[in-house]
Amino acid sequence: MMTPNIKPRPETLEAVIIRFVGDSGDGMQLTGTQFSDTSAMFGNDIATFPNYPAEIRAPQGSLYGVSGFQVHIGSVEISTPGDEVDLLVAMNPAGLKTNLHAVKPGHTIIVDTDAFTKKNLEKAQYETNPLEDGSLANYRVIEVAMTSLTKEAVKDISGLDNKSITRTKNMFALGMVYWMYDRSLDHTIKFFNKKFKSKPEIIEANTKVLNTGFYFAETLELIPNAYTISPAKMESGTYRIIMGNTATAWGFLAAAEKANLELFLGSYPITPASDILHELVKHRHFGVKSLQAEDEIAGISSAIGASFAGNLAITTTSGPGLALKGEAIGLAMMLELPLVVVNVQRGGPSTGLPTKTEQSDLLQVLYGRNGESPVIVLAASTPANCFDYAYQAAKLTVEYMTPVILLTDGYIANGSAPWKIKSVKDMPEIKNNIVEEVTDNWHPYDRNDESLARNWAIPGTPGLEHRVGGLEKDRVSGNVSYVPENHEYMTKIRAEKIKRVQNCIPELTTEFAAKGDVLVVGWGGTYGSLHSAVKHIHGEGVRNIGYVHFNYINPLPKNTEKVLKQFKKILVCELNSGQLAKVLKSNFNGLDIVQFNKIQGLPFSNGELVEKFKQVLK
Amino acid sequence: METTVEKYTYKDFESDQEVRWCPGCDDYVILRAVQKALPEIGVRRENVVFISGIGCSSRFPYYMNTYGMHGIHGRAPAIATGVKLANPDLSVWVITGDGDSMAIGGNHFIHVLRRNVNLNVILFNNEIYGLTKGQFSPTSLVGQRTKSSPYGNTQPPFSAGELALGANARFFARIGGNVPKDMSEIFIEAERFKGTSLIEVLQNCPIFNDGAYEEFTNRAVREDKQLFVEHGKPMIFGKDRNKGLVLNGIKLEVVNIGENGVTEEDILIHDAKTEDPTLHQMLVRLRYPLVTGIIRSFEDKTFEVRENEVTKQVKEDSKFVKADDLFFSGDIYQVF
Repeated sequence: MMTPNIKPRPETLEAVIIRFVGDSGDGMQLTGTQFSDTSAMFGNDIATFPNYPAEIRAPQGSLYGVSGFQVHIGSVEISTPGDEVDLLVAMNPAGLKTNLHAVKPGHTIIVDTDAFTKKNLEKAQYETNPLEDGSLANYRVIEVAMTSLTKEAVKDISGLDNKSITRTKNMFALGMVYWMYDRSLDHTIKFFNKKFKSKPEIIEANTKVLNTGFYFAETLELIPNAYTISPAKMESGTYRIIMGNTATAWGFLAAAEKANLELFLGSYPITPASDILHELVKHRHFGVKSLQAEDEIAGISSAIGASFAGNLAITTTSGPGLALKGEAIGLAMMLELPLVVVNVQRGGPSTGLPTKTEQSDLLQVLYGRNGESPVIVLAASTPANCFDYAYQAAKLTVEYMTPVILLTDGYIANGSAPWKIKSVKDMPEIKNNIVEEVTDNWHPYDRNDESLARNWAIPGTPGLEHRVGGLEKDRVSGNVSYVPENHEYMTKIRAEKIKRVQNCIPELTTEFAAKGDVLVVGWGGTYGSLHSAVKHIHGEGVRNIGYVHFNYINPLPKNTEKVLKQFKKILVCELNSGQLAKVLKSNFNGLDIVQFNKIQGLPFSNGELVEKFKQVLK
Repeated sequence: METTVEKYTYKDFESDQEVRWCPGCDDYVILRAVQKALPEIGVRRENVVFISGIGCSSRFPYYMNTYGMHGIHGRAPAIATGVKLANPDLSVWVITGDGDSMAIGGNHFIHVLRRNVNLNVILFNNEIYGLTKGQFSPTSLVGQRTKSSPYGNTQPPFSAGELALGANARFFARIGGNVPKDMSEIFIEAERFKGTSLIEVLQNCPIFNDGAYEEFTNRAVREDKQLFVEHGKPMIFGKDRNKGLVLNGIKLEVVNIGENGVTEEDILIHDAKTEDPTLHQMLVRLRYPLVTGIIRSFEDKTFEVRENEVTKQVKEDSKFVKADDLFFSGDIYQVF
C-alpha cells in the first residue's frame, strides 16, 4: 500500500509534544517509537521518554497499569521529551485519568470511546463518564470508536483471532496522528513487513488499520488539528535514533575495537540498567564475552578476573547493585586494573523507585567504599552522548589503570534521540599499558611517569608472573607490604593518579554567558532540561545568566573554580538533595552556592526551572 | 599456545615470598603437593593462575611463582570464571576455605559448579575460622566450642561434598591433609579433568581446631577408617584389605570379605564417571568408612566450550564484522 496524498496544512508549528497512553498491553511503546522514528527520518529533531509501570502486566484497565510514551518533535533544537503535551492519545479511561493533568488547556485529546465502558470507568475510579459530564470542556476532545472501527476494517482478512484484532487498534490511533502531523506511513509499513515476516495476515491487518486510521482522520476533517512541522536544521550526516542504554553499550563496542581488546561484561539484571546487558549479549560476532552472573558481586568480580586476564572489562548496574559492588570496586582500585562500572541511576534509597529517575548516587560513587579509594567518575548527559562517555570511560580506565564509574540515569537511559553516527575510525586513540615481554628490572607496579598508570602484565606472558591482591602493596614489587611509609605513599599515589586525569579531559565551557549574576550548574542527565530552560529565559531577553554542565566529576575539570568565580551566584540544580553542591562547597571556598533540588523521581520541568531562575535573579 | 614444556621441578613454582602459615599447618603440605603436581601436569608457568578469596588458605597465591590474585572474601570462583572466559587456555586454580566458599561465598561456590567452568577448586576445610582467630565455620560440628560459640555451636554444618553434588559438581574428590603423594595425584587428575574439579582437603588447623580429623587421618588408624576409592576398582579398605562396601537395599553396608560367604566379587566397583550421582552422594555421606579419593568425575561439556560453540555459530551467521557495520545498519537516515 502506498502512502496517501496529503493536503497542504494551514499551520506550521515549531515543535509538538504528543503522549500515547493505554494499558500496558496496548502497545503504546511501539506506537510512540514508530511515531518518533518516522518523525526523525522526516528530519525532525526528537526526544522521547517511555513511562511504564513496574508491573509487567498490571490488571487491565487499572490506574497503575497505565503505560505511556511521550515524544517531542520539532523543526528546532529539541533537548527534552517536554513537559505539558499538545496531544494526548488515551486508549482507555485509566490513561485519560492519569495523564489529563499533563495536557495543555485548550489542546487536543483523542479517546477510544469503545473503551469507556461502565467497567473500565469504574476501574479508573470515575464516578461519571468524563466524556459526558463536561469535565473535559477545556479541551478539544476527539471521540473515536477505535475498537469497533478497527474490527470493521479487518473483517475481511481471514485467519485473525479476536486478540490479534484488538491488538491492532493502536495502529488506528497512530494512523490518525500520522495524518494530523503530515507524516508518511512508509516506515511503519516497512516495520510490519519485517517484524511479522512469517505472518502475512498480521502484516495485512496492521497495514489496513493504520491506513484506516489515516483516512478516518482525513474524512473527519481534523484540519483544525492538523499541522506541519518542518525538518529541523541539524548538522548534516548519517543519523539514527538511539536509546541511552544502547548508546552506552555501543560506546563500549567502539572502544574495545579501537583499543584492540576483547570486551567482557559481567552483570546481573537490574532496572533500569538491564538493556545494556541485553544489547551487549547480542554482539558475540564482535567477540563480546558476557556473563550473566549469580549476583551483582559476581558480576563485577568476573569482570575483575577478565581484566586481570587482559580484556576490556565492564559491569553494569543501578544504585542498589552499586552498593553491593563497593568492596570489589575497592579491589580493582587497589589492583590498579582497568574496569568500567556503569551505574544507571534510579530513585533511591534501598529499592526506592526502580523505574523512576534520580541523581542520588553521586556521593555513593565518590565515597561509598572503605578506606581511601578514589576512582574516576564520569556522567553522560544525553541519550546520544552515552556513547561518547562510555567510550571515554573505557579509554580512561585503560590509559590510567584504575576503575571508572560511569553515571547515567533512567531518564537518559530509556530516552531516545537522534544520534549522528560516529565511526570507530573517527574516535580518539586508546593507548594501553600492556607489557608484551619481560625486560630487565621489570616490576608489576612500575608506573608511567606521566599518567602514573602501572603496567598491565597479562597471564600467559612468559617471565611476568606476579601476584596482586587486596592487601596493601609494596610500591614497586606489588608484594604485600605493611611498611607505614609505603602505605601513605601508595594512598597518595592512587589519589594523584586520579588527579592527573585532569590533564586529558576537556575544560568546562559556559553556555549563554561567560560571566554574570547567576550561573546555573548541572551534571549528568539534566542537561536537556537545564539547557532548554536557560535558553528559554535568554529568549526572554535575560542576559546575566550562564549555564555550565559537568560530565567529569572526579576529577573536576581544571578550570572549574575559574569558571564558577565569574558569577556572583551559583545555582546548582540536581535531582537529589544537593550532592554536587556539597562536592563544590568542599572543593572551593568563597562561592555563593544556592540550590534547586527536586526529589520526585521525575526530571525538571521547564516551567519550574524558569521560575526558579527568575527568583534567584531577583 | 606452546605445548612443549621444559621439565620443571617444584622449586620452579616457589615464589620469593616467605611462607607465613603457623608451624605444623597442613597448608604447607597442600602448597608443596601443588608445587609437585604442576611439573607433572606439564603446563608452562606463565599459563598458570591462582585465584583466592580471604582466609588463611587464601594467602596461597603469594607463594606460587605463577600469576595470581588474592581477591576478596568469597568471590574467588567469580573472579576465576572471568579469568577463564577471558582466556580459556590458562590453567586456573581457585584456593578457598570452608568459610570463604560455604559462608560468605556460598553463592559463587554453587554457581561455578553448576556452570562447570574448567577450573580446579582446592577447598581447605579445617572446620573453623583461622584468620579471624577461632570462630565456628559452616562446617563446624554442632556442639563445637569456639570463640563465637562458647557454649557450643547450634548451627548444623554443611557437608562440602553433599553441597557440591547438589549443585551438580561434575568432579569431587576428598583427601586427608597429611597424605601429600595422594594429594598430588588427585591434583593432577583434577587438572586433567575438563570441568570444575572440586578437591576437599581435610586440613588440620593446629591452633584453633587441632585434631578435627584425627579419628580418620591418624596414621595408625587411617587405613581402617578411610576408604580410598579409585574408578573401576572394588571399594575395599582396611589394613588387611578385608573390608568392603556392598549395597543392601538402598543403603551402603560394610562387610568383611571372607566372612558369611562374602567374596571380593560381591564388593561394589567404584564408578566415578557415571552421570547419576546417587551412589556418589551415598559415598560422600558415609562416616565409616570415610570415603576419600576421586568420588565423582563425570565428563560433561564445560561452560567455556558451550560459550565458544554459541559464539562460533553467531560469528558464522552474522553479517557484522566491525562495529561500524552495526552502527550504520538498520533504520539510519541522512540529514543534508
